[in-house]
Parts: sequence; C-alpha cells; structure tokens
Amino acid sequence: MPLVLKLEGITKAFPGVLANDRIDLTLEQGEIHALLGENGAGKSTLMNILYGLYQPDGGRISLRPRDQANTASQTASTDGLVEVKIRNPNDAITQGIGMVHQHFMLIPPLTVTENVMLGTESTRGVVFLDRADAAGRIRKISEQYGLEVDPDAYIRDLPVGVQQRVEIVKLLYREADILILDEPSAVLTPQEVDRLFSTISNLVDQGKSIIFITHKLREVMEIANRITVLRDGRVVGTTTPEQTTQAELAAMMVGRHVELAVHKEPAAPGEVVLAVQDLQVLDDRQNLAVAGVSFKVKEGEIFGIAGVQGNGQTELVEALTGLRASIGGEVRILGAVITSATPRKILEKGVAHVPEDRQQDGLVLSCPVHDNLVLCNYYLPPFAKGIIIQEDAVIATASELVEEFDVRTPSVFVPTSNLSGGNQQKVIVAREFSRPVRLIIASQPTRGLDVGSIEYIHQRILQKRSEGTAVLLVSPELDEIIVLSDRIAVMYRGQIMDILPAKGVNREYLGLLMAGVEASEAAQSTPPTIEGEERVERVF
Amino acid sequence: MDEDRVEAESTPTPARAERDATEPKKSRGGLSPRLQAVVVPVLAVFTALVIGAIVIAATDTTVVAAYRNFFRAPRTALSATWRAVATAYGALFSGSLGSPSEIFQAVQVYRSTGDNALWLKAIWPITESLVAATPFIFSGLAVALGFRCGLFNIGVEGQFGMGALAAAYVGYSITGAPRLVHLPLAVLAGALGGAVWAAIPGYLKAKTGAHEVVNTIMMNYIAFRLSDWLLNGPMKAPGYRPVTSSVEMTAALPRLFPAPIRFNAGFFLALAVAALVYWFLFKTTLGFEIRTVGANPDAARYAGMSVTRNFVLAMVLSGALAGLAGASQVLGVDYWVGQGFSAGYGFDAIALALLGKSHPFGVVLAALLFGALRSGATRMQSLAGIPIDIISILQGLVIVFIAAPAIIRWLYRIRVEREEEVVLTRGWGK
Repeated sequence: MPLVLKLEGITKAFPGVLANDRIDLTLEQGEIHALLGENGAGKSTLMNILYGLYQPDGGRISLRPRDQANTASQTASTDGLVEVKIRNPNDAITQGIGMVHQHFMLIPPLTVTENVMLGTESTRGVVFLDRADAAGRIRKISEQYGLEVDPDAYIRDLPVGVQQRVEIVKLLYREADILILDEPSAVLTPQEVDRLFSTISNLVDQGKSIIFITHKLREVMEIANRITVLRDGRVVGTTTPEQTTQAELAAMMVGRHVELAVHKEPAAPGEVVLAVQDLQVLDDRQNLAVAGVSFKVKEGEIFGIAGVQGNGQTELVEALTGLRASIGGEVRILGAVITSATPRKILEKGVAHVPEDRQQDGLVLSCPVHDNLVLCNYYLPPFAKGIIIQEDAVIATASELVEEFDVRTPSVFVPTSNLSGGNQQKVIVAREFSRPVRLIIASQPTRGLDVGSIEYIHQRILQKRSEGTAVLLVSPELDEIIVLSDRIAVMYRGQIMDILPAKGVNREYLGLLMAGVEASEAAQSTPPTIEGEERVERVF
Repeated sequence: MDEDRVEAESTPTPARAERDATEPKKSRGGLSPRLQAVVVPVLAVFTALVIGAIVIAATDTTVVAAYRNFFRAPRTALSATWRAVATAYGALFSGSLGSPSEIFQAVQVYRSTGDNALWLKAIWPITESLVAATPFIFSGLAVALGFRCGLFNIGVEGQFGMGALAAAYVGYSITGAPRLVHLPLAVLAGALGGAVWAAIPGYLKAKTGAHEVVNTIMMNYIAFRLSDWLLNGPMKAPGYRPVTSSVEMTAALPRLFPAPIRFNAGFFLALAVAALVYWFLFKTTLGFEIRTVGANPDAARYAGMSVTRNFVLAMVLSGALAGLAGASQVLGVDYWVGQGFSAGYGFDAIALALLGKSHPFGVVLAALLFGALRSGATRMQSLAGIPIDIISILQGLVIVFIAAPAIIRWLYRIRVEREEEVVLTRGWGK
C-alpha cells in the first residue's frame, strides 16, 4: 500500500523535557498503526504536532497531496509525498487529518447534526443554517461506513459509545483520510470496544488510515497492523502483532521486564466491615445517581465495582465517605451507622479514601509534601499539641513515609505539584494506608499512572488485603477490577446489576452487565463464569 | 533551582502532561518562586516610581515649556525634567523619612545643649510614617488573612469604622478605670466591633453560599449609615459637630515621645499582631485548616475539615483585625471619631495584602511603604507643589503590576520557573 504520511525526525522540547526526540513514523493507506506507550512517553505530543496544535522544533511532516490522491505521483519525492507545514488544526483538517480526542469535543445540548456541522456550517442564503443538507450528508456517511447515528438526536441523550461515533462522523464529514484516535477505548464497555473495532475495520477497508493511540496491550494485539512503541520521547521500535507478544510489548514500553502476573493469596474474608443497604444518592443535578444499592465488604477481601464511568460510582463513593448526602438507605461501618456522618467522623472510624481525582480532592498541590502527608490527621498527636502543630513530628513522620512508600521527591518541603503523577498518588497512598484503617475505599487508584506506579499501588492494596483490611475498589478499568478483586459488582445507571465472585469471571458477561443488560438475560447469552479461566495477568 | 523539580519517573498524569506541554514552567536561569515573590513587588514599586516621575514631569508647566524647545535646547528640557522629579521625590523622601543631615545636626545639638526641640523636629517625618503605617498593618493583615482562606474581604472599611466606634465608645464612656484595664478593654472592643461586622457576611456565606464580596460591600454601606446615625445621635458629643467625645486618656495608646510627635504603642501592637497572625496561620492547626481551605476547598472537605466553619472563622478574624485598625487610629492618634473616618482604608488594605503577597511580614513591609508614601506626600505637596493624589497613582500602579506580574516579568526579562498560583478569591456563588 502507498504511504500517506511520513514523519521524519520530529523533535519537540518543552522546558526541562524532551517530549519527542527524533521520531520517525510512517502510515500506509488502509493501515491501522498503533502508537503504544506509557503516559508521558510522547504519544500525545506527537499527535498534537501532527494535528497542528504544537509546532515541532525539528523534523519534517510529509503527506500525500490531496488533489492527486488518486492519480500517480508526479511530485518531487519518490514516494509521492510532499512536505507540509501544519500550523494549526485548520491546516490539519484541510490536509485531511482528523483527530478524536480522549475527551470528546461535543456540545451536549446540541443535536448530532449541529455538532457535526459546527465550524463548517452549510448555509442557505447567507445566514440560514441548512440543517437538512447536513443531516443528509451525515446519513450518507453513517450508511457508507456503518456508523449508526441519528442526526436529530441530542448529544446529551447519547451513550458514550455513540458520542464517539459522532466524533468519527465529524471527521468523515470534514473528509479526513487520516484519523487519529486518542485512547478511544478508555470510556467504552467491552462490547462497545468490539463495535468500535469493527467500525475501524470498516474505515480502513474503504481506504482510510488510522493512527490508534493506546496503552492497552490486548487491543493493540487485536487490531493493529503495525505497532510503534514510544518511551521517553523516543521510538523504541516498530513491530507487528504477529512478531511480538504482550510481555515483549510491555517490556518495550517500560524499559524493563514487567511482571504481568499478580500474585494473590486466596482471600480469607472475616467479619463485615462495610454494609450498604438500599443506598440512594442524588447527583449535582438532583438526578438519582445511586438508585438503591446494597452490598457488603468483609475484612481481607477486595470488593470491586466495575462499570463505565458516570454510572453512579462517583456519587456512591462520595456518599460512603461523607462528602455527599444520601437521600435514602443506610451505611454501616463495623456495625455503626454512618449514613449522615461528617467526613471526619468517617475517617476516624478507620476509613481510608483514595479519591478519584487526586489533584482536585486528594492533595493540596501548592502545599509542601509534608503537609499533604498529614492532611487527614494534622490535628491529632503527635502532629499537634492542642492547636499547635508540632513541625518536627510532622517532618519526621513525613520523611519516614516518603522513604517507606518510595515517593520520589528531593525533600518533603517541595510543593506537591512538583511531583509526577505517580508520586503524587504515592503521597496519597502513603497518607491513607499508614493510618490505622479498617476499610480502604479506592477510586480509580491507578488512573493515568505509569506501569511502575501501577505495580506498586496494586501490591500495596493486596498487602492491605492480606493484613485483613476490607477494600472497596472502584474502577472503570475492567482488567484492574478482575485482577485485584475477590468479588465483583457491576454498576449501571446507579444500580448494581449483579455481584459475583471474581474467580473465573467471564469478561463478556461483565461487559453485557456494564451495558445495562439484566443479569438473567445476560446469563442466557454467555455464562457468568468460565471454569478454569482465571485471569491473573495485569493488562495495562 | 533545578533540584526543586522532580522528574524521577518522568511519567506525568494526563492532566499534568497537558499542563507540562502548554505551560512551560521551567527554564534555565529562571528565578525561583520564593525569590520571585520578593523581586516582583520590589520591581513593581520601582516601576511605579519611574512612571510616577513621568507623570510628575508631564504635569509640570516648566518642564512642558522646556520640551517645546526640545530641539533647540535639549539640555534645558532634560535638566528641567530632572529638577522637577528630583524636587518632588526629594520632598517625598525627606517628608517620609526625614532629612539625614537635619537628623545629624539635631543629634549634635542635643548632645551639646540637651535641647531636644530640633531632634523632635528631625524625627517627626519618620514617626509620622510609622503612625500612618499602623492602621495599614492591621487592615492589610485583615485582607491577607481572608485571602489565605480564599475569601475576598472588601468590607475592611466598614469593619474599620465599626471597630473605631466600638473602641471610642468604650474609651469615652468608662471613666476612672486604670489604664491597665481600660486600654485593653477599648482595644478588644475595637476588635469585637470589626469581628461582628465581618461575621455577618461570613455566616451568610457559610449558610447560604452568598458571595462575601457582595455582602461585605453591602455591609460597608450599612456601616456608613449606621455611623452617620450614631455620630448624629447616641454617640454625638455635646456641641454641633457630628463627632464622638474624646476618649479618656486611660484608654489611649501611650505616646512614646513628647508632643507634637504622635508615634504611639499602637505601632508595636501592630507588629506583635502581625507576628501573632504569622504564628496562627503557619504554626497552628487552625491556620493549617484555613490555608488548606484557601488552597483547595475540595481537598479540605475530603480531609474532614469543615469548609464553612473555616469561612466563618476567617471572616471573624479578618474583621477583628480590621476593627483593630480602627481602634489603633482612634486610641493612638485621633482620640475621637468623626464622619468619613474610615474612608479609603478598605481599598488600601486590599492593595497592601496584594503587595505583601498575603504574608504577614510582607504586609508589614507594604504598610511601611504606604505609610511613608502617605506622610511624605504631604510634604511633597507643600514643597514641590505636587498634588497629594500622585500617591494614589503610585499605589494604583503598584497594584496593577502586582496583579499582573507578567508585565513586570516581561519588562525586566525575568523568566518564570513556575507560576505560583495565588488564589485570591473563587468564582461567584458556590
């Protein structure tokens, strides 16, 4: 297949970081090229350069000229490519490059048509929007590529998977030939991922070319034609799924051998620590976000709550930690009712909370590391005598924790914002796990972290489990849930669809529940558990 | 200051990576945040003085006339400019700190003859600067403490006035008490007056989420009218003027020099309170909570702190400091309260807190500067004929440069190592 894109020696430095270091990358027509790497490896920077959001410090971008796309090349370069400058996203769009960002760029109160035509509005006369014309084109596109969307639906009513389809339609509406998909599977259920993959196959069959950014090994192996691995801003290598294995890719990504297997002793559940009975919670817009859930978490077990983000998990965790009032039901910790207790009361019951948004809720970024390490117990001895803070004790304890939890920081005095994401999370884990805790509520504890930190935090959680702590783990990463949990609940629209043991659980069954299929119905199409199938492999 | 950066794992979170990418925050040779916190205000003051010089020159008729003939006699124009600016700033300097030669002579006269009249005359300017600085220290601390909790107390003016009235009332209504009892009582009354006045918007914010900016402004208006009524009614001294009686001397802050020097113990009280505020903010659990709420209210709530309680506490303390400012002015300088007593203090206080970067010691330095400008300006007006309003221009410019440090950094090519975000106040409503 002919080349459609060639990046040569792309270099981009940000103050203190060489984000892209002489990166070469080619894309053939009809190819799915996966760009694999950890957070901070330089994937997004590279794509933002290609999309015109950044200007490279060095290197060349060459594209197949659009107007001659179908004729033979008569251009200077032998491979038919012409060097281009992409100064802004508009340039990129004119050159046929489109990008679906990880966070969708859609306006919820507008319809699909309005969103798609935004920026390239078709008009009748001078000022009147021609929605019908645009809707017609959208219908044609969705037919041609098998992208089912209703042009008249409002974005806010659409599930995430469909919203993503709208984003893709938007690119095709702008006649993009090269599609960049940034972590497209992060927000989808397993079934939606399958659907996305078939869409992608459709697109390449019709001559489109795809750059697929991800850090998930399994997906890469499943769909990519070629795989380029980035690490620390450099290309580590380019390979194909046939030539490599997941373990090898993980090693390329991280730069050392990665233990994919999670060593987990059998659970030894004790007495019930957390008992939730018919809990109901409203979200910020006063909609019922948690619609009566009941479950129990015992000592020495990890109870995982799976589900696509935004199905009430956030509100559930906030209610359990006292940050949000509930409107019905009951929560007990070690038998004591804490349904309407203050956050401090709940903390003092021995609850550790690793919050979903560590920078927003878990840390005071502008404050030094030592303040953040005592954020929840600064008022207790030995950190305070009366109202006077005992700085020596704070600093001594903070230094010990930094040592024990391997927080990489030059000292405990630097602002926490200076630490990398993984180390910020370690500060939270150090603070929460070092208190005398009976229950750990961990919300997306490894989101956005590097492999080393993920390994570390998983190991700490498992260690707490074997010490007899109850763990409530909430994560949209199904693999994380399956690997760590002893029992799994699936949440959909504020309800728990089913609770089942993690041993031998069937991903496909969980996926159906995550998409809202009733447990009984789902069990008819696929068994909840598969004998002998025990996942112990971490998937990043 | 490279060692302050941690790239041990060089694997930022997505949010962080974005920030890393869009906001270059480290550059070799950049100033560290701590150094910048000092350098920027100093340069801001300097730049304001330079622009002030231009304004002085441009409004001087001799200078303007000289510039009409600039091409024929450029030296005349330049020397006229120099003369105008030098006279003005010279007067400003000697009016705020005193003339060094005068002080030197006075000391010699005092040594040889024991006559202290010259000596008192020589130190008059500097003591007046400190007198002017005293309420500035208190009121600047009031706004700074609010800022630390993420609150914007625009109501210092009203709290100042209520504090002054309360102090005056205790000062003149109690007679025959010993100073040891009367003075502390009057000072406390001042603090209480301000605290009560600020507690109302603090409570409203905590209970209903009503924004403190709106409510403190409203409380200012109520304070104006209330003091009008008090000065024309219940608190009016015998006579026709709407003023209070003078406070008993047992309630007055002791003056430390013979008349006419007005320098009094209030200045030392202000320094002690500044130290106390520092201790409170940075060494106590209560201060830790206030700072945490100010820096990140979500994390404060997560950590089990009561955000609303801290809002009320910070407002009450802020108001108490503003009330102390009023009390120090009544009990140390004026001894009575008249109409418009507190005018202007509220906005100066905001400027002081900004210039002092909301740090108690920074506020003290800023207050000393503003006090010096204020007292020097009087002399500048009489000596150089420069209207006292030039001080407002200087103060205004300083605030512009502090509020928009990018201008200063661009002007002096200061490279940013890292944007230190000072959250002064949060959005409307919640």
